Amino acid sequence: MSNFEPKIIAFVCNWCTYAGADLAGTSRIKYAPNVRIVRFPCTGRIDFMLLLKALQTGADGIIVSGCHPADCHYTAGNYHARRRWIIFKSLLDFVGFDTGRITFSWVSAAEGAKWAQIVNETVDKIRDLGPYTDYSNLNKLGVGTITEVLNARTA
Amino acid sequence: MQELHNKIKSILENGSASLFIAYQKSREGKITPTFITKPEQSQKAYFGDDCKQNLAVYIHKQEVKNFGKVGIFANIYTLKSLLQIYAENQIRDDYLKVVTINPNGAIVEFANFMEIENYVNENKPAPNPEDMERVEKLSNLSREERWDYWLNELSTCIKCYACRAACPMCYCTKCTVDCNQPQWISTPSHSLGNIEWHIMRAMHLAGRCVECNECARVCPMDIPLNLLTVKLNDTANIEFGQQAGLKGELDYALSTFKVDDKENFIR
Repeated sequence: MSNFEPKIIAFVCNWCTYAGADLAGTSRIKYAPNVRIVRFPCTGRIDFMLLLKALQTGADGIIVSGCHPADCHYTAGNYHARRRWIIFKSLLDFVGFDTGRITFSWVSAAEGAKWAQIVNETVDKIRDLGPYTDYSNLNKLGVGTITEVLNARTA
Repeated sequence: MQELHNKIKSILENGSASLFIAYQKSREGKITPTFITKPEQSQKAYFGDDCKQNLAVYIHKQEVKNFGKVGIFANIYTLKSLLQIYAENQIRDDYLKVVTINPNGAIVEFANFMEIENYVNENKPAPNPEDMERVEKLSNLSREERWDYWLNELSTCIKCYACRAACPMCYCTKCTVDCNQPQWISTPSHSLGNIEWHIMRAMHLAGRCVECNECARVCPMDIPLNLLTVKLNDTANIEFGQQAGLKGELDYALSTFKVDDKENFIR
């Protein structure tokens, strides 16, 4: 476990957080290299299915980040996204996902330092939590036959 | 019952509908939907407390739409569904003749959705206490216990999509689960795809579900999957004060927003 390096997927919006991450780069701020950034036109475009796909394909943690409220390039995309995450997080909590692995944040184009800090903190947190295995364990589960399943039901 | 038969008969005779959707009871006592096209068949219609199915699901079918004006016998949940479907611009007011029986046993015929809205708000069904209790109980478990619970329940899903077929709110002509480029959700009945399917279903119904519980009723594996949408409706109500099936105008939690929506997890 000591040499476990978490894989973090960051879903960011083009106008704020991506530019913020760019600023972190041009300002020579060093942050953990564990993050893979996926750029979206807007946080409103980030479908919840993408988060599930990231976890399914081996991400240990996720960062979702976009413009601060009232700063959206398209006026309201982040407000819609905020509602979506409120509902989605409630569902994930209810189903028993470890929602601590998903970091939601607002990072503006001027907040290169905040971006670096969020990445570093997320990586540290996931490093403590260890690899995300709930989904990879699912992959190993066999497909039960109908009779097996029915027997398990009635037992 | 005679009143209902007469009502259906007159609706079909005077041309305000050319098809009437209602319940019928077989000799064995089984309740099934019936599609009445001739006035003399109207005595097939039946109504009782055992009529649970949400008949609103049929109004999306092309075979039904082909009839033009359609009449439907609706229980309170079907009324809520119809109102929500109307709010989502999926039906036209003048193409639907809705009939219900009010709590006093009298036949009520609605002239338009405005009247349905008033009726539904006066006769709002209380949330099912059993479901609320189960949601509460699950919410109080630890995260791992909840995960185990749902894994156990959802791993039995055989992906028959009866929940989707029975739900009046699941009317997309192409569902994400049918999309294979990209393949969002794996098709076999396997825990991974099952969990993703049920999460997706719940998300797409969040704040739109009228809690008729038809999905859980039709599930051949008895998965309590209505709890997922009940939970999300609860969240939408607590966080945004929005409830499905009570308004003729669209008031959907995820298509609107308030600038001062509150959350406590975004940094």
